[in-house]
Amino acid sequence: MDGVVAFFTDPANWQGTTGIPNRLLEHLVISGLSIAVATLIAVPIGLYIGHTNRGSGLAINLANIGRAIPSYAMMVIPLPLTLSLAPVLGYDPTFGLDFLPIFLAMTFLAIPPLLVSTYAGLRSVDRDLIEAGRGMGLRERQILGRIELPIASSIIVGGFRTATLQVIATATIGAILSGGGLGRFIFDGLNQGLAGRSSIYAGAILVASLAIGVDLVLSRVQRRLTPVALRAPRRSGRSGPASVVGGPDLAAPAGGAA
Amino acid sequence: MPPGTKVFDFDWLFGHFGQIGERLVQHLQLTILPLVLGIIISLVLAVWAVRQPRVYAPVTAITGLLYTIPSLAAFAVLRPITGLSLLTAIIPLTTYTLLILFRSFAAGFTAVPAEILEAAEGMGYTRRQRLFRVELPLAVPLIIAGVRLASVTTIGLATIAAVLGDAFGGLGQLITEGIQGFFPTKYLLGAALSVLLAFAADFLFVRFERVVTPWAHAKAGVR
Repeated sequence: MDGVVAFFTDPANWQGTTGIPNRLLEHLVISGLSIAVATLIAVPIGLYIGHTNRGSGLAINLANIGRAIPSYAMMVIPLPLTLSLAPVLGYDPTFGLDFLPIFLAMTFLAIPPLLVSTYAGLRSVDRDLIEAGRGMGLRERQILGRIELPIASSIIVGGFRTATLQVIATATIGAILSGGGLGRFIFDGLNQGLAGRSSIYAGAILVASLAIGVDLVLSRVQRRLTPVALRAPRRSGRSGPASVVGGPDLAAPAGGAA
Repeated sequence: MPPGTKVFDFDWLFGHFGQIGERLVQHLQLTILPLVLGIIISLVLAVWAVRQPRVYAPVTAITGLLYTIPSLAAFAVLRPITGLSLLTAIIPLTTYTLLILFRSFAAGFTAVPAEILEAAEGMGYTRRQRLFRVELPLAVPLIIAGVRLASVTTIGLATIAAVLGDAFGGLGQLITEGIQGFFPTKYLLGAALSVLLAFAADFLFVRFERVVTPWAHAKAGVR
């Protein structure tokens, strides 16, 4: 434990490209970019299939298949492509090793929970409300924007939380492909034998704190976005708002319950 | 990739079936052992939590916390403690299954409607009989869904155990060796086999669930 304290108090670990601030930034950049791209892909598709219920079986099955693919495998599968495209597209070959494949894998990892939660959120809306909206003369767009989205928003943010947690935790293994981010403290520590222990502990603490911190912020957002009438009391029974640490996507075992 | 390297060298594949098979067996071992341990622990915890609802929140919090430890770190941290033994890989892989399994088991048990429990009591079932004859069978779909997700997750995480070194192997070892040796055939093969293994496990559990719970067919819809 002394080693860990020493690690955090050593000024050398707070500066330069291998310092904590830069590694944290790298971690946030790759996670943020992947989640942003995944959101842009998954949420519109989820909204479409949730609203129309068209192609839902296919989309949910594809999402389930995506969930089954190991992330480490997903990182190395595009590797031959990202490496050989470097001269063609004119980017630095190292970018094709330590960024692109990790970014692709993380994006891929974030899509299933986002897609499934967006779809499930929209389907959770009471059909009578939608009929009532239609009866009041709302257009499909307005039904989506004024009825479905507000009611579904907390479930969608729930999926966003799951996706974010998974990406932040999994981005650490990008270090195996010499990627940046907080995983470097762990991977580099691993290669230093006994001397690397404090670096490993520090890396683990940093990643876990980042995941928990981001999740806390998102849980606030989730609560804010839930329409007041639908909010659960702060302390509810066993199915209260997802615990501080959301963990994996539990939509599946819980049978679709958020 | 150095120019002239084939993306996939089939000659290498055909010449190394022994090595590949060995890695596959190691990977199965890395998956099945943690899964069995995880199921036993979670079952005990879930039964406890159903009897004592107070237990649910702390168990979820602890297993959730264990789940946030990055796998890379968990393996790395344990290596100096438990050495280069199978245990170093098994411990984290087991703890990662707990959150998924515990939640789905507990959900399975609590999903049994109160009327059914009362009916069982009315028929003179003891608590134990009620657990084994009523609650467990009705919880089976959720239990299997949890085991299915846990097995797929474990297959994925087991690939990372390879960073610990050759002793643990598994398909991740093929990936790591392939990357270090700039040999795409090897890492693509490791990756492809781990994906296939995950799909096979997923498919197997879906089938299994259909076979053991014929009554649940009708509502099998979105899974």
